[in-house]
Amino acid sequence: MDILFKILIDPFLQMGSAPDLLVQTIWEGFVTGVLYALIALGFVLIFKASGVFNFAQGIMVVFAGLTLVGLYEMGLPAPIALIVTLLVMYLLAVTIERVVLRPLVNQPDIILFMATFGITYFLIGLGEFIFGGNPKQMISEQLYLPKGSLEFKMLGGFVQLQKIDIAAAVIAMIMIIALALFFQYTRIGRALRAVADSHKAALSVGISLNQIWVIVWFAAGIVALVTGIMWGARSDVSFGLQVIALKALPVLILGGFTSVPGAIIGGLIIGIGEKLGEFYWGPLVGGGIESWLAYCIALFFLLFRPQGLFGDKIIERI
Amino acid sequence: MMQTYHQIARGDTLLAVEHVSLSFGGVKAITDVSFDIRKGEIRAIIGPNGAGKTSMLNVINGFYHPQKGQITFKGLTRSRMRPSVAARQGIARTFQNVALFKGMSTLDNIMAGRTLKMHRNFFWQCLRHGPAMDEEIKHREFVEDIIDFLEIQAIRKVPVGKLPYGLQKRVELGRALAMEPDLLLLDEPMAGMNLEEKEDMSRFIVDVNQQYGTTIALIEHDMGVVMDLSDRVVVLEYGHKLADGTPDDVKANEDVIKAYLGVAH
Repeated sequence: MDILFKILIDPFLQMGSAPDLLVQTIWEGFVTGVLYALIALGFVLIFKASGVFNFAQGIMVVFAGLTLVGLYEMGLPAPIALIVTLLVMYLLAVTIERVVLRPLVNQPDIILFMATFGITYFLIGLGEFIFGGNPKQMISEQLYLPKGSLEFKMLGGFVQLQKIDIAAAVIAMIMIIALALFFQYTRIGRALRAVADSHKAALSVGISLNQIWVIVWFAAGIVALVTGIMWGARSDVSFGLQVIALKALPVLILGGFTSVPGAIIGGLIIGIGEKLGEFYWGPLVGGGIESWLAYCIALFFLLFRPQGLFGDKIIERI
Repeated sequence: MMQTYHQIARGDTLLAVEHVSLSFGGVKAITDVSFDIRKGEIRAIIGPNGAGKTSMLNVINGFYHPQKGQITFKGLTRSRMRPSVAARQGIARTFQNVALFKGMSTLDNIMAGRTLKMHRNFFWQCLRHGPAMDEEIKHREFVEDIIDFLEIQAIRKVPVGKLPYGLQKRVELGRALAMEPDLLLLDEPMAGMNLEEKEDMSRFIVDVNQQYGTTIALIEHDMGVVMDLSDRVVVLEYGHKLADGTPDDVKANEDVIKAYLGVAH
């Protein structure tokens, strides 16, 4: 009985007795969730347009962050370094399309998936070769990102919000809305959706698959850069960051691989869920459940909706 | 609505297929087939299942690359070509099993056919303002004309995956028309339709051909439709060309009767 009480009742009593702590925990989960959503968005973009699960998204985040800081350290002013980094991500997209995707057209998806492992290790090597393997400080001040924190008195206590977290949430939301509008209302957006629906039909109306692939990989590169800056500003830019890409997996399982809103909501559920779990249920087993709870949540959802919350329903004709 | 290039006069050869052979490994899909399509005509390609008709269309619009032979379109000869280049040169097509963008609305599907006609760059499109907006409006008008022409106003905003098959075929035709093609390839435009839908579709095909002068090549199994609509018919069997001529010639050809229409006793 005691253990059931501790699992089922006690955490909620705690939440009720200190609502300010609950709000603080949810906020932290929210910010983490937004950043997970950003990473997941990078996956969704590429998966929608080419059916490839891009294992390299995580290292692209690190690579973009490293390039930005590295260029700054080489003496470029921060805004110029940002623009040059964007150019580098564009070149990367073009190179990947030319060297990796084009020769592998029409190969089974698993081969393309394996190729993205190749891209991952190539980028790790390239990044270490050019910028070294040491963690770097993100140049948040030079990019005019705020620091410090805001405190709100509420619910009989106070809640502390880091300004960088607020900035991260706002920027991530702007990116997500911009991408959604771009997908919905422009010619290229329409072409992207067309390619996602049917390669054959897209080709027949004159959409060039090669061009579309460059655009999605570039878009995923931009998303990676933004993610890199935001994660980097909260901790630092190091190769260890790439494992956060693995956190995008449960997010994608939850949200569905093909849905932009799914990536956002999945990110938030995982982010908030793991922070709440860690804070209220973690002590029962001595803490540290944050690193695996996400996968359990995803597994639970999989039992009921194998295609994810928002994924395309899979109907196979037999 | 339709603007066609006039460097090739009506009745001259628009597309010539010369000695084309296509095989997949050991399977010979097409063996040494030659025929032509003249500007302004409706050309039918018929033959039993597996005769190589769809393969022929796939060769014409660049999905397949023939091992032998060449294709001349609007005076340009080539043996290999990418589908996007074929589209740019003015070849549009529909598919046997309907290939639409199922998650998108009827309007968006047909707008997708305007892809090649829209030129404003990425930057303006991101802003969705200025020239890109003007362009979007201009093309939207063109697409609305097509929607009126095909009488599908009521399903403008419906995701095409939800539409009945007959209407999907019509949307697919609309998307091809949006490309303002010089040559329109229709792969079994009436497959799976009931009589009324077939009559509608026949009327649209004849209207497109007569009002806008669009050259059409079509594959069809319904002999009544084929003989009524087409100016000339080419017959394929097992990848070989069996006969070529007016519907009356073909109907009278003994090889064709034997292979396709059934042996007359």
